[in-house]
Amino acid sequence: MIRVVLPAHLRMLARVEGELKLEVEGPVTQRSILDAVEARYPMLRGTIRDQATRQRRAFVRFFACEEDLSQDSPDDPLPEAVATGVEPFLIVGAMAGG
Amino acid sequence: MSRIRVLVGTRKGAFVLTADGKRQSWDVSGPHFGGWEIYHLKGSPADPNRLYASQSSSWFGQVIQRSSDGGKTWEAVGNKFAYEGAVGNHLWYDGTQRPFEFARVWHLEPALNDPDTVYAGIQDAAMFRTTDGGQSWRELPGLRNHPSAAQWQPGAGGMCLHTILLDPSHPGRIYIAISAAGVFRTDDGGETWRPMNRGLVSEQIPNPTAEVGHCVHRIAMHPSRPGVLFMQKHWDVMRSDDAAESWKDVGGNLPTDFGFPIDVHAHEPNTVYVVPIKSDSEHYLPDGKLRVYRSRTGGHEWEALTKGLPQSHCYVNVLRDAMAVDALEPCGVYFGTTGGQVYASADAGDSWAPIVRDLPSVVSVEVQTLP
Repeated sequence: MIRVVLPAHLRMLARVEGELKLEVEGPVTQRSILDAVEARYPMLRGTIRDQATRQRRAFVRFFACEEDLSQDSPDDPLPEAVATGVEPFLIVGAMAGG
Repeated sequence: MSRIRVLVGTRKGAFVLTADGKRQSWDVSGPHFGGWEIYHLKGSPADPNRLYASQSSSWFGQVIQRSSDGGKTWEAVGNKFAYEGAVGNHLWYDGTQRPFEFARVWHLEPALNDPDTVYAGIQDAAMFRTTDGGQSWRELPGLRNHPSAAQWQPGAGGMCLHTILLDPSHPGRIYIAISAAGVFRTDDGGETWRPMNRGLVSEQIPNPTAEVGHCVHRIAMHPSRPGVLFMQKHWDVMRSDDAAESWKDVGGNLPTDFGFPIDVHAHEPNTVYVVPIKSDSEHYLPDGKLRVYRSRTGGHEWEALTKGLPQSHCYVNVLRDAMAVDALEPCGVYFGTTGGQVYASADAGDSWAPIVRDLPSVVSVEVQTLP
């Protein structure tokens, strides 16, 4: 079970509280996690990554295990601690403006 | 007795203000979508409980919300706005060409007779339409593919299609306005478009009378007389009597003819409202006084409406989509400010009172007159 933490604005949009807990098919990567998130919560499509290009939105960051993984390839395997649910995958709104 | 519902979009959420026909005691609901920018909300003329809202964020992009119960509950619907075919370029601030890129939905205009059909004006300027209640959106690409598009350029707020007027007496005729390109009209439901800017003079562009490039801030019509249009341009208040084929200046005795909103009285097609702003560099009221100006002669002659409005130390702005009228008798007039006030007049502008004073900065105001 993968744990995902959404920023407050997206929790409100998805109408969820706390962490998401998702099953992810195949290798656990940014792409497979986001595919699973968007499949479960279609209202989040386009809010984390562009719907056409699948590129991460500029002011969104991905953290896990105290590392910024935002610039990594979306197909890179995520840390084992994320894949096993020990640590959450954090989707973060960048600190910029108010 | 009729009821009034005022839909307010702000920089940090949406608010729904309701009152009975006396328009004295208001119930305030919100914020809806707190923390998100709500550029516009509007109700369907065919089903007043069907509302649409443009919710956006620099972080998380565009969301479209739909309500089927007058704003009590909402659901996110489709938010994919993909340009059709070759994207093409427009003029950028530095004079170079730049590809069209979707930023946000500025304006949602529900069709007159179908609650599932809505037109969306977006930045970078293009026109989209849904016919399934917002689940999917398709561009009407004839506008963006107009040969003049390479000369369109962004205003200070971005290159936005901000105004959509549906002509109730000519099916297929739609007027739109883009900052800074100008007015365009289609007579075939959006397949083909013509620039409609003859008579506009803009000293801020190299050719002041160019076919396109004018920073039109807002256009308005009265539904009983759709061939007559009023315009608040960057500078200049204009009028057309021939369905936008030509425009003439009707700024007359206004203290300044810079401003953003313009609207028409619900029952008097020749009564028009504007809010003069000091200049395009200050973007606040002249002399610290919040004054709505009303013309009862279709322009040229304007009177200041001040009763109930602050007349000292007031330096707010009123944005282009932040004024609306109701259909009661006497006509109600409403506007919101960048200072978070929403003012209402239940006597066609003779006197004003704030409905709310301390909302986030107001971007848009729409009014529904309910049975």
